[in-house]
Parts: sequence; structure tokens; C-alpha cells
Amino acid sequence: MASWPILSIVTFLPLVGAAIILLIWDDNEVSRRNVKNVALWTTLLTFFLSIFIWIEFDNSVAGFQMVEKADWLGSISYHLGVDGISMLFIILTTFLMPFCILASWESIQNRVREYMIAFLILETLMIGVFCTLDIVLFYVFFEAGLIPMFLIIGVWGGKRRVYASFKFFLYTLVGSVLMLLAIMAMYWEAGTTDIPALLEYNFPASMQTWLWLAFFASFAVKMPMWPVHTWLPDAHVEAPTAGSVILAGILLKMGGYGFLRFSLPMFPLASADFAPMVYTLSIIAIIYTSLVALMQEDMKKLIAYSSVAHMGYVTMGLFTMTAQGVQGGIFQMLSHGLVSGALFLCVGVVYDRMHTREIAAYGGLVNRMPKYAVVFLIFTLANVGMPGTSGFVGEFLTILGAFIANTWVAIFATTGVILSAAYALWLYRRVVYGALEKESLREILDLSGREKLMLYPLVALVIFYGFYPAPIFDVTQVSVDALIANYQNALDVANEAAKTAAATQ
Amino acid sequence: MQPVIDLTNLALAYPEMMLAVGAMVLLMIGTFSGEASVRLVTGLSVALLVATGLWLAFMTGEGTAFHGVFILDPFAHFMKILVLIGSALAIAMSVSFARVEKFARFEYPILIILATTGMMLMISAGDLIALYMGLELQSLALYVIAAINRDSLRSTEAGLKYFVLGALSSGMLLYGSSLIYGFTGQTGFVEIAQAITNHGSSLGIVFGLVFVLAGVAFKISAVPFHMWTPDVYEGAPTPVTAFFAAAPKIAAMALFVRIVMTAFEPITTDWQQIVVFVSLASMVLGAFAAIGQTNIKRLMAYSSIGHMGFALVGLAAGNQAGITGVVLYMVIYMAMTLGAFACILAMRRKDGMVENINDLAGLSSSNPVMALFLTALMFSLAGIPPLAGFWAKWYVFLAAMEAHLYMLAIVGVLASVVGAFYYLRIIKIIWMDEPTGSFMPMAGELRLVLGASGLFVIFYVLFGGSLLTTAETAARSFF
Repeated sequence: MASWPILSIVTFLPLVGAAIILLIWDDNEVSRRNVKNVALWTTLLTFFLSIFIWIEFDNSVAGFQMVEKADWLGSISYHLGVDGISMLFIILTTFLMPFCILASWESIQNRVREYMIAFLILETLMIGVFCTLDIVLFYVFFEAGLIPMFLIIGVWGGKRRVYASFKFFLYTLVGSVLMLLAIMAMYWEAGTTDIPALLEYNFPASMQTWLWLAFFASFAVKMPMWPVHTWLPDAHVEAPTAGSVILAGILLKMGGYGFLRFSLPMFPLASADFAPMVYTLSIIAIIYTSLVALMQEDMKKLIAYSSVAHMGYVTMGLFTMTAQGVQGGIFQMLSHGLVSGALFLCVGVVYDRMHTREIAAYGGLVNRMPKYAVVFLIFTLANVGMPGTSGFVGEFLTILGAFIANTWVAIFATTGVILSAAYALWLYRRVVYGALEKESLREILDLSGREKLMLYPLVALVIFYGFYPAPIFDVTQVSVDALIANYQNALDVANEAAKTAAATQ
Repeated sequence: MQPVIDLTNLALAYPEMMLAVGAMVLLMIGTFSGEASVRLVTGLSVALLVATGLWLAFMTGEGTAFHGVFILDPFAHFMKILVLIGSALAIAMSVSFARVEKFARFEYPILIILATTGMMLMISAGDLIALYMGLELQSLALYVIAAINRDSLRSTEAGLKYFVLGALSSGMLLYGSSLIYGFTGQTGFVEIAQAITNHGSSLGIVFGLVFVLAGVAFKISAVPFHMWTPDVYEGAPTPVTAFFAAAPKIAAMALFVRIVMTAFEPITTDWQQIVVFVSLASMVLGAFAAIGQTNIKRLMAYSSIGHMGFALVGLAAGNQAGITGVVLYMVIYMAMTLGAFACILAMRRKDGMVENINDLAGLSSSNPVMALFLTALMFSLAGIPPLAGFWAKWYVFLAAMEAHLYMLAIVGVLASVVGAFYYLRIIKIIWMDEPTGSFMPMAGELRLVLGASGLFVIFYVLFGGSLLTTAETAARSFF
């Protein structure tokens, strides 16, 4: 089976779909439906093909699998491959895309063709980010994703869409261009842009600091970490539902993935030096943004701030560099991809009916929408980190990892769990419980067939992974263990060198 | 006494001779058959440029002629083909404009050919006198072209402004050349380099260098010699602006590269400081000054100032990667600029041309294909991957990092983020604003140019490797 280039096929299949849509030239009811169908089937087919990546994946191998390599631009090669860290993000991407198309089925009425093309191009770029093994190609995919996302927010967004799209674009770009310079410096130092080769290369300690900071500038904005998170609430609020799902579900994960793929393994010494700073920023993010989330009046903004808090757990867990912390961080990212995506879909459901995201405009929805109330409750609890949902596993493991590394970090992080329960449950109470008093809500309808199709699978997955997270850990374990072993090794070597240097003096 | 004309190597200059003779023949045709011959002369001019380009493309054999005054190396070869493409497309893009705007003059294409001849001589110049000859042939033709719409106040003003400032810069260049001649006793680039190596540098040579570089910086409109650019771009008729933005910039940049990499190679640290400063200032000013512009031609003027700054980053590095970067930057810059001007030329309403950025509002619904290509061009100008503009910046900054010019690189990429803002503003107007009315259908030749440049920019990632190899060969001429 290894003879066919499955990664390239999965990566570029959405582009084929986009090309087909480009050929549907008319703009009438029939062609719009055709466009949506093509987009849906393309994303479904991509998802089914990506399942084969998981099936073929060998859990016992720490290195890269299904590698494809071809000459491209001089020293930059077209090099793809997956390991335990990246593989599941590809599945997450292909899995969430059909939901995004479904979420846009009714709510997007104008320029359907351009919208679907933008989404399909975005899918290609997102998959590319996770499976590329050349750092320049990585940068190309990473940055190119800004183009469709900028248009998605700016063209199909809410009232302040222009402001939000500019803020999103420029914030991310500032961080990324510094990373670009770091990539160039790495090329001159190591003589290659190949990721496996760079992982082997030992960068000098003084250089690591600068490279780490440059990469941090990019990934911290993308993640987003406090204090460079302010683009996220704006982008989330103004983006159409599907755009929010992708932003929260996939784009934020690129930051965490970047830390795992570049910062931690390539610059271990700098990572160890900067870990306290990352802990501090993570804890501020967890506590501060949870408090901010409490005071939000806009549902999407509340979930956006909660995303920042949850990403705080991820960065905290990753930089503990313990098996629990890193595994937990990866799990938290995957789980958050499902849960926050689902929460945005839930907001989209009521937004499509009422065209407002004001929390105050709702109340007592349980009376008219019992099915919706159940689904929304499950995702709210998963967001809080209730045992039995996937949210619990990630949060618990990251805090456990933090406990091993630094008790104080764990203590502060735990307060965030309480705060998240406060804002999430309060949101739920205000929107769903209580008497149905608002006149406008009297005629509101429960979930339609299409919405059930979107939300029920997510419910099943969130609960399934809450009880049985083993399939995920089986995939990530070997790669994460190798990552941590190399990291410790690099630190030991550096300590050893420092000791001998001190002894000879 | 050596014979002045070295006939054995005369063949190297045949393309230039063909252009010069062709221009005179076309002038005869134009003069004797009057205004009626505009279409014929225009068509023949494009054919002449294309034929010269093809000749160059298939021409083998390199070397020097006229005792080193005329150089044809892979670098010159490549840049000349580029200039010819730029000039040919600029003439082609003027056809429908000339018809509708009553701008039809047979002198226009002929002047472009003469300017192109000058540019080719500049690129091939291996001597200060040859350099000045080429530069002036080009400049004098350009002054007239800027003012070609002689009934328009703005056009004549642009021409006059360009002439006065251009003459000043030519004067500086000439003064610098005389200083260099005075202190080295040589006019040939190679001989100057030898003299500096043998006798060491002196204050007089550095003064000469500064004056020469000031003159050249004016021609590529780099800060602080950029003041003429926005006014001339805005005032000149749009096809003229399109021409100014592409071919002359390439020729002047090639000249810049050649003079510092050959004549002043022994005093690299001296000119490097100047280039770093000019590059920094151009990138920053180009980025910030463009933000407030409402006229799209003025905006493109600031954009081109910024892009010259980025290209100079590669030259500042002064290494082989840097020259490769400059060559690639000029190729990609020309493709993007010509595409953007094809769009600007297509901004025509029923009651005439419009030039305000806001006139593009809602283009995505009134003309989706043009909107798509223009969006790609704008993202490319902003330097967003995977479009060609990103690769242009990649190569020049890569070289700067190799040369350890970290400050230049950091300020440069940050300036590119600021620059991204105003390109995004155009995209915002195209996609996110309400339509204010649609343009007239785009003329065929503009579609062709826009389509070609749009496809080049989008699909550069697929074929960039072969272009890179060519650029590397060209850059190797200096090492």
C-alpha cells in the first residue's frame, strides 16, 4: 500500500474539488446546490482517504512514516511524512471539514462558490502544515492559510468583519516573518531545510535562544498565548460559524504543533531556559482569560476566551516535557478541536435562527429545544473538563505533568478548572435554563436533520474519548517518548559539557 | 594604438544595433505616412522587440566587445531579455488606451524602442562612458515619453519634473564618474577595480562612489532620491507609468549591480553601507507612505519604491545568493507590476478612466476573473506564500541572513508587514465593499497581460526551480 502517495493525495484532493467548483460558472439555485454538494463530497472523500493514513500508521515507529520526497526549488525539497505527533491532526482536520461545509449549508447565501473554494483551499493548506517535512514548505503552508481565512472572515463575517480580518492577518504575519528569518538562519547554520535533518542537528546554545524567540513569536500568536491573544476574540466573533470552527479546531493547533515539531526538539536548551516564562504566560492565560470570559455578553466571544484558557493548558503541558504533560497537551488539542468546534456549531444553530449572539437575547431554550439543550450541555461539560468527556483527559494529564515539573504551576492551573466551570455553566444557565420569557423565542425550532447530523457524531466522539482515550495515546506514545528522550539527552549533554568546562577551569 | 572597432566581437552587439536601426526605420515609416500609421508602427515595434528578444534568447557566445566597454555575460543576457519583455508588453498594453483616450502617436512606441536600446547598453556597460551613454539615451527618451500627452497639464508637468530632477541626477553621476576617473585614471570597470586594489582606496574614490550611487539610486527611485516617482507616476499617462514601473527599473538595477560588483568590488564595505541605508529607507518609506494614498498610480509608485528597497537587500548582501535574489526579484517584480497595471488600465468607466482605489469597490461581483487575478497579485506584492512575491523576498532575505545583516533583515520583514496593510486594503475594497458601478469590458491585450502575470504569480511554486537555475547562472557572472 505504501506505493501510492497517500499524503499527497489527501493534501491536494481538496484542491481538485476547488478546481471542479471553479468550473461551475452559473449562479443560480441549482448551481449553488451543486457547488455545496461538490464541496461536501470532496471533504468526505478526503476524510475517508485520510482514515487510511491511520490504518496504515505503525504505532511502534517513532520516526516519520509514509515519507514522500521530490526535488522542488533548489535546496528546498517537497518532503512529506507523518509521525505520532502530526498524524492525528491531519485526521482532525479532514474530520472537521465536512461539518464546516454542513454548518454553512443554509447560513451562507451569497458567493457560495467563492466560499466553498476558500474552504477547500484552506483544507489543503492545513493538511499540508501537518504533513510537510521541509521547513520552508511548512512556512508556505502555514502562511498561505492566512489568505483564505482573511477572505472568509472579511467577506462572510459579521459587522466588524473588516477590522477583525485585518487584525487576524497582520498579527499572525508579524509573528511569522520573524520565524521566516529564523528559518533562513537555520538554513545557513545547518545547510538544509529538511526537518528530519534539522532535528538531528545540534544548534549552538546562544543561537538557540534567538531562534527559539523567533519561533515563539509566530507560534505564540497563532496559539494564541496571553498577551498576544487579542486577535482571536475579534476573529471568532466576526467569522462565520464554519470559520470559527476551523479557527478554534485547527488553526490554533498549528501553534501547539509548531512547538512540538520545532521549538522543543530543535532548541531543547532554549526551551528549558524559557519554560518558566511559558508557564507564567500559560497560567496568566488560564486565570486571566477565564475571568474575562465570565464577563462576556457575546456567546462566541466567551467561547473564544475559553479557547485561550484551554490553550494555556496545552502550552503548560508541552513545556513540562514529561510524558504526561506532552501526551496530555496533544490530547487536549485534539479534544479541544472537537469540543470548541462543536460549541461554535451550537452557537451557530441558535444564531441561524435568531441572528444574534447576545447571551441576554436567549433564555429558557430548554422548553422549546430539548435535544439542543442536551447536546449543548454535553459540550459545555466537556469544555469544563468533566470526567467522562474528552476534555477531562487532556486537562487532567497536563495538570499532572505540571505537578511533576513544578507544583506551583499545577496549583494555579487548577484554579482555572474551577473558573472554567463558572463561566461555562453560567453561560449554559443563562441561555438554556429558566423560563422562556422572550417573545422572539416562542417559535424557535429544535435541531433539524442536518444539525443532528453535525452534532451527534461529535457528541459520540467526545464521550467515547472521555472513556477510552487509548486509541489516541497508542498513536502518540512512541513519538512522544522519543521526543522526550532526545530532549533529556540534549540537556544532559549540555550539563555534562558545562560541568567539564567548570572542572577544567 | 588599438583599432577602435573590434569587428570580431561586433556580433555581441547585434541585438542593440538591430533595435537602433529598427527604430530609425519605424521613424521613417511614421513620419512619411503620418498619424494613420500608428497601428502599423505599434505592431511593428512590438514585433521588433519580440524578435530581438528571441534573437537574444537563442544567441550563444558571450564575451566583451569594444575593448571591454561592452559586456555580454549571462547576467546581461538575462536582464536584457527581461527588459525587452517589459518594453514589448508596455507597448502592447497601450493599444486600446491610445485608441480611446486620443493618445495615438506613432512616436510613442519608437521612443520606447530607443529607451530600450539605452537600457540594453546600460546593462552591458563595462565602462563609465558607455554607462553614461546608455543611461542618457534611455533617460532622454523617457523624459519625452513622460510628457507625451502634451495637451495635458499633468503630463507635461510630470515630464518637466522628471527632466529637471533626472538631469540633476545625471549630473551627479557624471561628477562622480569624473572623480573616479581622476583618482584612478581609468574608466573601465575592471581597470578601476584593479587600480583600487593596487593603489588602495582614497577619499576621492569614496566621494566618486557616493555620487555615482546617488545618480543610479535616482534611476531606481530609491529613497532618498525617490521624490519624483509619485508625481511622475500619477501625472504620466497610465501606459507610460506601466512602462516606467517595469523595464527602466530593471535596467537601472542591473547597472547598479554591475557597477558595484565589478568596479567597486575592492571597496565592498564602503558601498555596502550605502546600499544598506538606501534599502532600509526605501522599504520603510515605501511601506508607510503608501498607507495614506487614494490614487492607485501613486500607491503603485510607493509600492515600487518599497520593492526596490527589498531588491537592494539582496545587493547589500553582496554575495552570490544575493545577486541571484536580485535577479529573481526583478523578474517577479516585473511580472507583478505589469499585471497590476493591466488592471489599472482596465479601470475604465463609461465616462473615462478612473484612478481612485475606491473605484475598485465590489470588483469581485462585477468582474470576478479580474478580481481574482488582482487579488493574487496584491497578495503576491505583499509577499504572502505560496505566491511569487514571497519567493522574491525569500531569496533576498536569505542572502541578507547569510551576510549577517540581521538588522536589515528584521526591519525589512517588518516593513513588509506594514506594506501588507495597504495591499490588504485594496483586497478589502475589491471583496468587502459594496459595488459602486462596473468597469467597461477589459481590452484583449490587457486580459492577456493580466492572465499571464496572474498565472505566473500563482503557479510560480511549480516552475520556480528552473527560473532559479537561470538566475543562479546569471549571478555567477560576478563570481
